[in-house]
Amino acid sequence: MATPLLEMRRIGKSYPGVHALTRVDLSLRSGEVLALMGENGAGKSTLIKILGGAQRPDCGVIRLQGDEVSIESPVRARELGIAVIYQEFNLVPGLSAMENVFLGQELTRAGWIQHDQQRARTRELLTQLGMEFDPETPCRLLTVAQQQAVEIARALSLKARILVLDEPSAVLTPREVDKLFSIIRRLQARGLGLIYIGHRLEEIFQIADRVTVLRDGANVGERAIVDCSRNQLIEMMVGRELQNEFPKRDSRPGAERLVVKGMSRGRAVRDVSLKARRGEVLAIAGLVGSGRTELARLVFGADRADTGEVYLDGRLLGIRSPRDAIAAGIGLLTEDRKLQGLVLSHSVRHNFALPNLDMFAPLGFLDSALERAEFGRFSEALRIKLSGGGQAAGHLSGGNQQKLVIAKWLARRCEVLIFDEPTRGIDVGAKYEIYGLINDLAWQGKVVVMISSELPEVLGMADRILVMHEGRITGEIADVRASSQEEIMKLAIA
Amino acid sequence: MKFSPKIGSRILADYGMFLVLIVLGVFFSAVTLSEQQPTGPTAALQVVRQIEAGFSAEAGILIPARDLTDDAAFAAELVRLLGERGFKNLFQVVGEPRDARMELERMEASGVTLQVVAGNETTAGWLVFADLKVDFPGLGNPVVLKPRSHRWPNFLKRDNLLNITNQIAVIAIIAVGMTVVIISGGIDLSVGSLIALSAVTACLLIQNLAGALKAGVFGMTLSCAAAILGSGLVGSFTGCMITGFGIPPFIVTLGVMMMASGFAYLLSGGESVYQVPDSFVWLGREASFLGVPNAVFLMVLLYWVAHVMMSKTKLGRYFYAVGGNAEAARLSGVPVRRVRLLAYSLCGLLAGLGGVVMASQLKSGAPTYGQMYELYVIAAVVVGGTSLSGGEGRIFGTLIGAFIIAVIQNGMNLMNVESYTQKVVLGAVILVAVLLDKLKQGGFRTR
Repeated sequence: MATPLLEMRRIGKSYPGVHALTRVDLSLRSGEVLALMGENGAGKSTLIKILGGAQRPDCGVIRLQGDEVSIESPVRARELGIAVIYQEFNLVPGLSAMENVFLGQELTRAGWIQHDQQRARTRELLTQLGMEFDPETPCRLLTVAQQQAVEIARALSLKARILVLDEPSAVLTPREVDKLFSIIRRLQARGLGLIYIGHRLEEIFQIADRVTVLRDGANVGERAIVDCSRNQLIEMMVGRELQNEFPKRDSRPGAERLVVKGMSRGRAVRDVSLKARRGEVLAIAGLVGSGRTELARLVFGADRADTGEVYLDGRLLGIRSPRDAIAAGIGLLTEDRKLQGLVLSHSVRHNFALPNLDMFAPLGFLDSALERAEFGRFSEALRIKLSGGGQAAGHLSGGNQQKLVIAKWLARRCEVLIFDEPTRGIDVGAKYEIYGLINDLAWQGKVVVMISSELPEVLGMADRILVMHEGRITGEIADVRASSQEEIMKLAIA
Repeated sequence: MKFSPKIGSRILADYGMFLVLIVLGVFFSAVTLSEQQPTGPTAALQVVRQIEAGFSAEAGILIPARDLTDDAAFAAELVRLLGERGFKNLFQVVGEPRDARMELERMEASGVTLQVVAGNETTAGWLVFADLKVDFPGLGNPVVLKPRSHRWPNFLKRDNLLNITNQIAVIAIIAVGMTVVIISGGIDLSVGSLIALSAVTACLLIQNLAGALKAGVFGMTLSCAAAILGSGLVGSFTGCMITGFGIPPFIVTLGVMMMASGFAYLLSGGESVYQVPDSFVWLGREASFLGVPNAVFLMVLLYWVAHVMMSKTKLGRYFYAVGGNAEAARLSGVPVRRVRLLAYSLCGLLAGLGGVVMASQLKSGAPTYGQMYELYVIAAVVVGGTSLSGGEGRIFGTLIGAFIIAVIQNGMNLMNVESYTQKVVLGAVILVAVLLDKLKQGGFRTR
């Protein structure tokens, strides 16, 4: 067997009080796509940070094509031909694509930047990736997929031999994911080794050759993808056998509770009407940009609607701001928890209390005993893992952050809960728990609206599905059991 | 278990700058250590104690004093205290050593026996008392007593400490408002100009409407209230520009800073306004309660109220949440615009109050007041541990920050450091203080 391109042996790393990694092995051959999987907190990010030179390991050996190397800084990693593309891109929004590609390694002659050369070279790289757009476009005007291509082009311009992609598909539409996969195959053909981190099982089976699974900072298994079934993979990640990805629930839809009539805003949402019943999970499917999030924001009063009315239990709600919506009993779990759902630097308890201060401070003065009691009750009920109420919300894992946001709204006793991508970036085990919570809410008779891009999730959870395309509802699927991903996609592309 | 080490370390974590303040205090105490001469009643009491310990009520006591108010007060107090304790044979002489010699000669001639000469630091050192036994054998063998001196830092003298506090009162009062603004994610550069505007307005109102030099308490209170309210309205205007049109606070308050300063000059015609009654200094200079200056009293009260507001009320949580993540706060039902508007209004009101305090301290209002104060105020807030990016900070941290600045200035004054050097040192210390705070919070963020 040939020497692997990259070999990481017995890598260990601990932070104060935590063993992030204990003797993790990983190997990567050229021309191979290795999927790195595991629940959040399993140690994937730490391992990648070590590979990218952002963190130093406590022990262990890293070999590149058989030679032992020490990666003490991101610059060193770059010199060794290791490129990591993180979920949050490292692009300067105001600079053009080509300027970003050559940022920090500009092509110069006697100190003058060679714009023509840079342009030509960038165009060449983008063509290799099968992307065609003007290299002079400022990055802030590019789509997410194009920005990703710029990042990859930068890696290539640095003669990267190893490319790490951290959840690259999370922000892409299905069509863009296909495009990304064709890019990955091209790179594979050129002999690069790729490490692909992702949560979506379908994609792993589609793109990866081999998979390495981590759990609690240790190797659980490494298999060729052809030897491995979907359930086996989940089992490896979670460490227990999951009967089903989606918990069972008796659905018993009742009377109509939430009615939206003629909701419009510009071109984003056009004349949308819908009804949600007591005790059902109503899913809104569609591609990113089809107006699902925008619709949710209009109902919640986060944006001002041009036209449209919202009724709850037959009563017209005059919603002009999120404050009005919350007072009327509507809660929104935003798609971006970190930017819109939580104040990350503040404590878990303060985040929990934020929408509930009217209750905890009826006369303006906080009743901190009540606040603590309620927080204790809900954090226990939702099994939020935390070191204490004073812990910063930013230090929770994705799943626990999402639970915290749910707790926030549950304490508020919301009657309507709108979940926008409730399981994005959340590991399998926590996903299952979130699904359970969503089911409980529906069972209690609340109105549950779930927006999701993951079709298996939509099919597994919803009692009824509405599909949106270009700001309109293009179809309704009442019999979810008889439906399929293909049916939803057809409506979503319309 | 009330005072477990955990609580101690929490106080340190929250108010780490407190340590810096203490270190500064210790340093300035050490370098300003010197001989202290007691004066006034304290000195008198000390001398009386010495007399009581060594002599009977029949003893003849001479009390020399120069023709100065301090000496007269000392002598009068001595006479009063000795009288209370039953000493009857008291002799007083006022004037110069020559007068003392004449008195001694007179006493010797009339056959008086003298046991004690009770002087202060100066009079006890007069040559005429140096060798009484030889010069005036008829008087017996009198002892010369004077108040004992002791070593104590000039920095730690009660008067100096009160002076520091009074000096910093204006900056500290305004820093309360600034802390709220910065915690809610903004900045206000206009406070320095508002000091001038408010001071000029208050004094002009007193001069022109409340009766100038004959103004009464009611008229003055009303004038000051109007000036403070005016500044509050300017703050509200600032807040409206920021929340209503989304202009960055730095720019809005920069504009308001220039406008307010300009208005202060226009209103006063560029002159200082001093047609105010003597009683106007009540707020700034007098101490009507337990010897604590009224301005300091007001300052402490404001800090306490602000602390309660920021830590124990819904509004306080809202200020933090808006500064921490405005969008998340809005989507959680926080009325973000109203909260921001309120922060700037509050800051304006407090700047106005600061202006009134300053006018009272200086017994006049001039458009030149408060120049550069916005920077001192911001420095106090930042040194106090409040993050300029919003969402984090403590009210009492700001008080500590204000004191650090005041202590450095005062300490250097006591050390006779000249003012240009003072500026350099002050700037450097602010940087070091913030640097220490950063290090304490677990190193530098590389992101």
